[in-house]
Amino acid sequence: MTLNPEKLLNDFETGSKRALARLISLIENNGKLADDVRDALYQKSGRAYRIGFTGPPGAGKSTLVNQITKAYRQQGKTVGIIAVDPTSPFTGGALLGDRVRMNDLTLDDGVFIRSMATRGSLGGLSTKAQEVADILDAFGKDIIIYETVGVGQSELDIVEAADTTVVVLVPESGDSVQAMKAGLMEIADIFVMNKADREGADRAIRELSAILHLREARDWQPPIVKCVAVKQEGINDLLTAIDRHYCYLQEHHLLEEKRRERFVQSVHSLVSTRLKNEFWDERARRILEQHIAGLDQRKTSPYRAAQQLIDHFKQSLAKQ
Amino acid sequence: MDRKIRVLVAKPGLDGHDRGAKVIASALRDAGFEVIYSGLHQTPEQIVEIALQEDVDVIGISILSGAHMTLFPRIMELMQEKGLDDVLLTGGGIIPPEDAEKLEAMGTGKIFGPGSSTQDIIQYIREWAESREQTETK
Repeated sequence: MTLNPEKLLNDFETGSKRALARLISLIENNGKLADDVRDALYQKSGRAYRIGFTGPPGAGKSTLVNQITKAYRQQGKTVGIIAVDPTSPFTGGALLGDRVRMNDLTLDDGVFIRSMATRGSLGGLSTKAQEVADILDAFGKDIIIYETVGVGQSELDIVEAADTTVVVLVPESGDSVQAMKAGLMEIADIFVMNKADREGADRAIRELSAILHLREARDWQPPIVKCVAVKQEGINDLLTAIDRHYCYLQEHHLLEEKRRERFVQSVHSLVSTRLKNEFWDERARRILEQHIAGLDQRKTSPYRAAQQLIDHFKQSLAKQ
Repeated sequence: MDRKIRVLVAKPGLDGHDRGAKVIASALRDAGFEVIYSGLHQTPEQIVEIALQEDVDVIGISILSGAHMTLFPRIMELMQEKGLDDVLLTGGGIIPPEDAEKLEAMGTGKIFGPGSSTQDIIQYIREWAESREQTETK
């Protein structure tokens, strides 16, 4: 199959999943994709509602995403899922295993699942995942679901990318919640206490709500939803909680604000990536080499080197 | 382009032994590939659909049940139907050499029998990807 972007865009418009998958790869690989193709895709997006699922490993995120997707499908909505797993910083490889829990969605024509590795997230996971979400959105999916492990920076990216952020915990998360509360606790619009049929679930919920009540009162108080994802329990409550959050965002005109923020963030990230590419031309690299050569005698400093590089860049712009 | 080799490691059919598939999946990850692991009991339809959505370069199948002479041809057929004509189909398991030869003659990639080393598999995929890139740039 050809990688010609115009052809891909044509096929994409007639609903070809193969073209959709290929366009996602082009985005992931920083491939040559003309801006007018990107524009065309972007302009078609903006309809889908975006939900992020995050939480510690083994909390049952994939199983929950599987169940909630089936529930949306019953409502007649189509769903795009972006399942993010980390790339090994040592080998560059990744094992993407979220589909194991979503096998019964594979052959549903209204669902498209894509596994993504973080790939060192140069330029930010959020931008890449968001671009993929934009494509799924443009393809006509009603709901976009991101799924990512919440142990590092990626959970902050998910807040930017999602309209509603769901943090999935289990009764045993108690102590780890303490450790992670600075991150996970602050980003949740909704908490799910999954595996709630286990011992200690009610205590864990009490502790969690105690922590939440210690915080300053906010307009939106994140609810805690009890689920047992493998038994399909609590899924409707979770759906209701997501709907309520959506209504809240709409009433307070926060949806538009989120989308504006997302737009600004994308522009920032694109500008810095593109500027960086233009910045490091042959001459700039030579200037850096010269500074490195002078390093032994301490004849240079990072500040001086940076300023000289910027001066060179400005000059080359002025010449154009 | 910062292209990564994406490989689907899948287990079709009824046998529930995925140790080999998991060893391969880990080895491929450590070799720097992006590995999508499907889990057990996949139908050929599911495998090809996953390969399509994930836009993988390679499908690697592990079969220990003896059903390889049915499953491989069916997967090939579906790959053709869905237009996955530049995707490598390879695999291994308990597959006698004469069956492996037959499958390769039908147009699968290399079939790895018992005792194959993960390094051989990695090297095979790398070389395949390189030769494909060369034909693409021509």
